[in-house]
Amino acid sequence: MTEIPTMFRFRIFYAKNEALRYTGNLDVHRIWERSFRRAKLPLAYTQGFNKQPRINQALPLPLGFTSQAEIIDFWLEQWLTPNDILQVLQTALPAGISIHEIKPVHLNETALQNRIKEAEYLVSFLEAIPLSKLRDDISILLAQPCLIRVRREKEYNLRPLIKDIFSIGMNEDAYPYFYTLLTAQPNATGRPDEIVAALGYEPFLARYKRTKIIFSD
Amino acid sequence: MRNTTDRQTIENKLERILIQVQKPGRYVGGEYNQIVKSWDSVKTHVALAFPDIYDIGISNLGMAILYEIVNQRDDVLLERVYSPWVDMETLMRKEQIPLFSIESKTPIRFFDILGISLPYETLYTNALNLLDLAGIPLRSSERTPKYPLVIAGGQAVFNPEPMAEFIDAFVIGEGEDAIIEVINLYQEWKQSKTSRQHLLEMLSTLSGVYVPSLYQPSYNQDGTLQALVKHHPDAPDRVLKRFCPRLPSPPTRFLVPNIDVVHNRVSIEIMRGCSRGCRFCHAGMVNRPVRERPVDEIIRSIILALEHTGFEEIALLSLSSSDYSQILDLVDQIQQHFLQSHLKISLPSLRIETFSVGLMDKIAKSRPGGFTLAPEAATERMRNIINKPISTEQLIHTAGEVYRRGWKTLKLYFLIGQPNEQIEDVKAIADLCKNVLYEGRKHLGRKAELHIGISTFVPKPHTPFQWASCNTEDQIQEKQKLLLNELRNPGIKVTWTSPAETMLESWLTRGDRRMGNVIYQAWNNGARFDAWQDRFDLNAWSTAFQQTGLSPHFYTHRLRSDNEVFPWDHIHIGVTKSHLLKEFKKSLNGVLTPNCAEHCSGCGILHEFGTIRRDHPGNYWKCPELTA
Repeated sequence: MTEIPTMFRFRIFYAKNEALRYTGNLDVHRIWERSFRRAKLPLAYTQGFNKQPRINQALPLPLGFTSQAEIIDFWLEQWLTPNDILQVLQTALPAGISIHEIKPVHLNETALQNRIKEAEYLVSFLEAIPLSKLRDDISILLAQPCLIRVRREKEYNLRPLIKDIFSIGMNEDAYPYFYTLLTAQPNATGRPDEIVAALGYEPFLARYKRTKIIFSD
Repeated sequence: MRNTTDRQTIENKLERILIQVQKPGRYVGGEYNQIVKSWDSVKTHVALAFPDIYDIGISNLGMAILYEIVNQRDDVLLERVYSPWVDMETLMRKEQIPLFSIESKTPIRFFDILGISLPYETLYTNALNLLDLAGIPLRSSERTPKYPLVIAGGQAVFNPEPMAEFIDAFVIGEGEDAIIEVINLYQEWKQSKTSRQHLLEMLSTLSGVYVPSLYQPSYNQDGTLQALVKHHPDAPDRVLKRFCPRLPSPPTRFLVPNIDVVHNRVSIEIMRGCSRGCRFCHAGMVNRPVRERPVDEIIRSIILALEHTGFEEIALLSLSSSDYSQILDLVDQIQQHFLQSHLKISLPSLRIETFSVGLMDKIAKSRPGGFTLAPEAATERMRNIINKPISTEQLIHTAGEVYRRGWKTLKLYFLIGQPNEQIEDVKAIADLCKNVLYEGRKHLGRKAELHIGISTFVPKPHTPFQWASCNTEDQIQEKQKLLLNELRNPGIKVTWTSPAETMLESWLTRGDRRMGNVIYQAWNNGARFDAWQDRFDLNAWSTAFQQTGLSPHFYTHRLRSDNEVFPWDHIHIGVTKSHLLKEFKKSLNGVLTPNCAEHCSGCGILHEFGTIRRDHPGNYWKCPELTA
């Protein structure tokens, strides 16, 4: 029997900003690893042949999106106060990550990725589109019982993944925006750029920001 | 401000196009340790270009060294740029986005100086493409003062002639000190408000700097070079390379990429140069003298670099790790400092002896990557020709030790096509490989694997083989076919270089100034990323040769006469041409030359740099001491 060392689990709530928009999840994972190492935090490693630092991301963020609602869990071999952790992490982080909060979490708590229900996004267009037209397009879209789309050569129904589209508005440049709530569960993860495409616009003519992650409990 | 609006326009366009390209993270920077200075806070703006994609350029050690050195100056900023991959190039041209710097997204043509790194010849068309994307006239003669000064350096420019028309000034040799001198002189020139021509003339007086437009080649009837004549009195007759007598502190604030790249690691040079004297080896000749870094400096730098980067891997770089005189001490200290941490440590270029296996055993906790050795040749005759003597027994014994200590994969590198090679010498490679695998099976049974890398020899300038001819495509194919047939075995994996790529390298590496036209035409015909097997377009090059009326064979398959004037003769590496010729003759007679760490063969370095040696006594420099 190998002895499992004492561990302490923590959770970081953070924003992923502009500078890391084009960094994918595997690479974000590595950025955290390296940041913890630069901060000289005593990261706990997984057991077994290929030892990896214990870091868990809540929900993958598509490439090109920013987010104000990212969450990771990590494990340390030694107790440190969240404030101490925050202090050493601040200078060790690259541009593009800004920490909202760090808090300790019970070791036995269910893994983050198994508790997520939905995610909320803000979709902001990069071009002027009449607000009334966008409202109409959205009403028509939501009225459809079924929205078959193809992604990565697989057909799926987007409609049941859309829980809501709300707060449709316009910014000072007369570019419209809206919020949407999408399911975020294994095999049922909605993407806001798919909504934009389904509305009949080029997905790259909008910016996407995740604003909330909603848990099932 | 012109720059500000340009930057904003670029950022706005990028917002739309980046999401449409592969790995957009290549173009946005923002790495940990990136240095961003305010544009208006400095006097001089330097852009440093690596003409291959980000994934490769980001881990280039030369780039990292210059990035730190130049940015240490308060009055200068240095920003990076890499070649956009083909998808990005298409969109940049379509959206009219000029080539821009990674850090501030400033168009490259607004910089004062553009430095291009040219570590190998297959980047030449990419270098032209960078200039074109930047909106800078390709030919030096077409550039007016509103364009940046275009300089280039790196291992390939020891023969600058093929790129002479496109580069304003070359820095020959190590760039650490020269880059600072070039910047100082540029600042002086800018204040003087004199012509661009005057800037070039001033540059030509700097040690190690070559300004090709001040020299004019003439050719003999048979197409060989008659002479390269300078037409400015202040330009030097020959340009002597630069090198650092004592290796400066290594960089430790490496850029930590936000996306996956080829090498994610801290690289620390433990030694520069090589004392072995393998006759085919360009790096071994041009990087003399051998200079070592002290163990405590290496350890200190690794510790600092790990603190600054958080990387999970360290590479200890040199041309021949086993020849580092303090290797045992270094490995012991590494074991002491880092073995408990979760680090991967690599020590490449080990000599073929069981001692090397012991070294690796000490620093490698697991055996993920396999064990690599480079015997190059399989018969004693060939080993004497190339001056790399190792006995077959020694190789088999070392291989056995590798497998016995638990490495499942052994990688062996061979070089076919060397001067006077017979088909029996090639056949011997196959026999040797089979014996090695047999040895592996004794220890590991069916689990033992052997990877064979078969490169083809390309005669390089400034080496004893610069007179030699390169094999024809047919000869290469015949040899490769023989090896592939002989080595059809489930435990053996063979990789090889395509003969066409070897041809390209051999045209370019010993090219003269006329080759510039071929490079230009090839680029114009669509050649890009020639170093990438799936992008290399032989047709673009064959057409270019036809368009310019030059013969590729002239550059490749011709055995040069002893007294031929080479296009690179005016570039002096410290090793004399007479020494190289002596080495070539010895090779033809199969006579070995000892490792110069054991016996000085008088290659010319000490003669040329005697004063520097006297000023820098001590055994970190591997040439013998000179007494006053």
